[in-house]
Amino acid sequence: MNSALTSTAPTDGAERQPAVAGKRLQTDWSSPAMRSRVRARYRAEATFRYTGLAALLLAALFLGFLLFTIVRDGWTGFQSTDVKVSVTYDPATLMIDPAALKTPEAAQALRSADYAALMIEAVGQLGGAADVVSEGAWLILRENLEADPTLLGKTQSVWVPAKSNIDLLAKGKFDLAEPELTRGVSDDDVSDYTQLKQRGLLRTGFNRIFVTMADSTNPELAGIWGAALGSLLTLLITIGLSFPIGVMAAIYLEEFAPRNRWTDLIEVSINNLAAVPSIIFGLLGLAVFLNFFGMPRSAPLVGGLTLALMTLPVIVIASRVAIKAVPPSIRDAALGIGSSPIQVVFQHVIPMALPGILTGTIIGMARALGETAPLLLIGMRAFVVDTPQGFESPATVLPVQVFLWSDDVQRGFIEKTSAAIIVLLVILLLMNSLAIYLRNKFERRW
Amino acid sequence: MPLSLIFLVLLGLGLGAFALGRSKGAAMASAPGAGGGGRIGSVHSRPNYHGAFVALVALAPALLLVASWAAVGDGVIAERVIASVPEATRPATELDRSAFMNEVQGLVSGDMEAGFNPDAEVAAKLFVTTRGTYNLIVGALAAALFAMGGLWAFSRLRPQFRARNSVERAVKWLLVASSLVAILTTFGIVMSLVFESFRFFQSVSPVEFLTGTTWSPQTAMRADQVGSSGAFGAVPLFWGTIFIGAIIAMVVAIPLGLMSAIYLTQYAPSQVRRYLKPLLELLAGVPTVVYGFFAALTVAPAVRDFAVSLGMTDASSESALAAGLVMGIMIIPFVSSMADDALTAVPQAMRDGSLAMGATRSETVRRVLVPAALPGIVGGVLLAISRAIGETMIVVMAAGLAANLEINPFKSVTTVTTQIVALLTGDQEFDSPKTLSAFALGLVLFVITLILNIYALSVVKKYREAYE
Amino acid sequence: MSDYPSNTVPETKMTARNVSVFYGAKQALKSVSIDVSREHVTAFIGPSGCGKSTFLRCFNRMNDTVESARVEGEIKLDGTDVYSPEMDVVQLRARVGMVFQKPNPFPKSIYENIAYGPRIHGLARSKADMDGIVEGSLRRAGLWDEVKDRLAESGTAMSGGQQQRLCIARAIAVDPEVILMDEPCSALDPIATAKIEELIDELRGRYAIVIVTHNMQQAARVSQKTAFFHLGTMVEYGDTSTIFTNPAESRTKDYITGRYG
Repeated sequence: MNSALTSTAPTDGAERQPAVAGKRLQTDWSSPAMRSRVRARYRAEATFRYTGLAALLLAALFLGFLLFTIVRDGWTGFQSTDVKVSVTYDPATLMIDPAALKTPEAAQALRSADYAALMIEAVGQLGGAADVVSEGAWLILRENLEADPTLLGKTQSVWVPAKSNIDLLAKGKFDLAEPELTRGVSDDDVSDYTQLKQRGLLRTGFNRIFVTMADSTNPELAGIWGAALGSLLTLLITIGLSFPIGVMAAIYLEEFAPRNRWTDLIEVSINNLAAVPSIIFGLLGLAVFLNFFGMPRSAPLVGGLTLALMTLPVIVIASRVAIKAVPPSIRDAALGIGSSPIQVVFQHVIPMALPGILTGTIIGMARALGETAPLLLIGMRAFVVDTPQGFESPATVLPVQVFLWSDDVQRGFIEKTSAAIIVLLVILLLMNSLAIYLRNKFERRW
Repeated sequence: MPLSLIFLVLLGLGLGAFALGRSKGAAMASAPGAGGGGRIGSVHSRPNYHGAFVALVALAPALLLVASWAAVGDGVIAERVIASVPEATRPATELDRSAFMNEVQGLVSGDMEAGFNPDAEVAAKLFVTTRGTYNLIVGALAAALFAMGGLWAFSRLRPQFRARNSVERAVKWLLVASSLVAILTTFGIVMSLVFESFRFFQSVSPVEFLTGTTWSPQTAMRADQVGSSGAFGAVPLFWGTIFIGAIIAMVVAIPLGLMSAIYLTQYAPSQVRRYLKPLLELLAGVPTVVYGFFAALTVAPAVRDFAVSLGMTDASSESALAAGLVMGIMIIPFVSSMADDALTAVPQAMRDGSLAMGATRSETVRRVLVPAALPGIVGGVLLAISRAIGETMIVVMAAGLAANLEINPFKSVTTVTTQIVALLTGDQEFDSPKTLSAFALGLVLFVITLILNIYALSVVKKYREAYE
Repeated sequence: MSDYPSNTVPETKMTARNVSVFYGAKQALKSVSIDVSREHVTAFIGPSGCGKSTFLRCFNRMNDTVESARVEGEIKLDGTDVYSPEMDVVQLRARVGMVFQKPNPFPKSIYENIAYGPRIHGLARSKADMDGIVEGSLRRAGLWDEVKDRLAESGTAMSGGQQQRLCIARAIAVDPEVILMDEPCSALDPIATAKIEELIDELRGRYAIVIVTHNMQQAARVSQKTAFFHLGTMVEYGDTSTIFTNPAESRTKDYITGRYG
């Protein structure tokens, strides 16, 4: 690109005499040769500049395309298609003894009734399109009846979730022009869908199941609430451990540590831990927490511990930078009026360094929230249909949920995966924006 | 009595101890004999420090006891429970024992309604009673320790007692302990990797592992199965890791990252820079699982179609190119920000000197700034490589499991991290060479990234100091 | 001593007319006019922040590199406005060289430091030609005998005074018409300063030299013309001897006698 510049070959015209040390004539800058040379240099300059801009735009384009595909595939994940069925809560079909409802076992009787049979009966009225509701649609019937037991024996119109293929047809996810074999949906489903649609028995609306439920093998019944709760529990452990320990370690290293081999070792350890691949922390968690201490697999407790070790160096490094930025004059002033070194640190230095420390902590937490690999190794890829009950019960987290769904062959999970990514990215965006905001707002020049 | 309750009770008692110590301190400070009126020197420490001192001495040993019991307690109880099972049906192997205990704990917590193993139901009852007894003993011991410590501390409170110094000494030790966590973590990583790798190398020779070219870890769980001896030659894994992380990804990330950084630092107006830099930081925060999904769902099929259009009918949909490409994209913001730091660390005087000679900006960048910033840029690239070869999710989702020594980027290769995940997920016997090999791979990965990191960090550090 | 066709009339090389400089909303220089001739060394003196460096950086448009800077007025080199479209900034800076306050050799070898300018401007035809330019520039900067045996060593490994002379050699390697010096001795010790001052005297006549200094003795020693700046305005301009012995303005007098500064 710059061959014209590196060459020492003659490029200007005959206007110049051969240069001899100490005896040179002044360059004629307006000679045609020199002018064309300058033009060539400016062309190289423009090329270089636009290459830089192109690189930046290309990087932005890649990332923009990534976000675009995810939003394109994912926004429909927040919607679901329901089928309208008319249900008669027939005690015989449900196998409920109406008398039992007056006894103390009423709740139990309602819970264990045969709603699946009721559902089958209800969709039977749809005629040819009987196979259109979700396998879990009967849950809605149970919910309704439990909420209002007087419905027993009555008939009601109910919107129940459609099965995944009908849902995807309603969202236009299939190319109907393709032959049946390759388009991913059977002709039967397509005709059922068309028929239901003509009869006005379909509606597509906000997907309540997705935001309130946990995982499921059926895409139309899968939700992210369980994973979100798992992430929350895990992060609570992570921040509870890494924040205090990280800040205290930073205080020690920055304010009290003597310079010797031990503190050098600590420094090197921290700097390296910050760059160790996250999967190594997974191996550590597996070997130490699970196998050595015998902690429960798949639990937010272990996940949180593992991520805490991973986040710790991030917080230590950020806190040290923030503490270092507090000018020594503040410390001198406080020491000068008789504060002890510990008082100086906790009453003056830390409050002033707090914005920086918090920024680093949020960034560390955001990283922990998006982390997948170490959690796979400690078993947080378990299929968990219940929302987690506590720190020791099996759970999964948002990024692992994304991974699990992305592995599923059912077409309906593509939009769920993308929708889960959207949720994850929005949370991360909020966290990072908060960190950047904090940094800009409290950034102080001393 | 559950441990968490003991813990909370202790904390409550600690608050009480604090209040007692504080009030005694306050009483001393206002006592007429002690000079009164809060004259400096009449009472050494403020009342809060007296309170903190009492609470600390009372709480520390008791909490330590409860914490250590929490760590080992379940193991001890499990021993007892398993020992109670009749000899004939007692689980023998490690795997059986842990399965049995899982069942017992499932029953105890109520997650399971009935055990598969009749012994488990009996054991579950024993488990509950044993745990209750032990926890009670621990609770009583903790209370005794608390009372002894608290009384002793309280009896030491005098006007001239240096409560503040004692408390501060304890705080300092806490700070030291916190900073030791980093060393402990490093130590834990090294020990667990080395220990498990050692066990692996007892059945597979290190030479075979490091130089063998066949990787097929599917050892049988029972000796009578066919093909029970797996092959553990990890060279194809190392090659795949380097091919994807250090070659393809870097071919994408270095030019794009470096040129973006040059544009941002040298050409972009400060307004644009102010918005683009945080944006890059945000993009660096996108989780790798998202990139992995993108690679698997969008990029990999496109790469495959492209290869097919080139006439490669056997192109894999899990190609090295797709994974490497996306990894490169992922690492662009990282390379860019490292290069940005390196370029802005070059003194303004260099730039001015070159511009004042009549150099254009691009000449200045290429002939002065980049050479001057080279150590910093190289350090950044090394860190980026270390990051790329340790990256897991993209390759797990987009690269395959086939351990090929393959130089065609449209073919499938596998990486160290992919194999670690594949080997350690699902239910495996923990002691088999197959699972242990994951730790040996982890050890190699750790050592290589460690060397890269230490070297790169020292280069970057030296470079920064040169311009300070 | 000059290699140029002898020219007895003082040749006005650069002229500045009503030049004002703004940094954002702040005016750093207020309507300054001056002529710079090849015959003389022109010194700009004044207290810090008086605008003398700002003014100097207008002559080779180095203010362009400061995003918020805005220049008004007219500066001409041989009658061509330096801000006009036909004046190319790259060539302008080759013709109007600059030496900075702190020595800023590139982190390259001594040889490459000197060769940098001729190379980017394509002034050497061959390796021998380039060697000649490097030797000639180093000789003229009085550095040749000190460095001829270590041309491959890094320019940043030299002493401060040598580095600054290297920067001067680097500037004269492209054979400029004007050399701007922005407090070139402020980071140097007295001995190195004396050498640079000698060098400036030797270079006079071949190049129009403008030097900014806050050292009045230096101005008196090396310059023939002196301009005194204060608070962004040029208070007085004239022969150095006049300015130092019999200034017209009381502010100049106060500054020179050390009442403020």
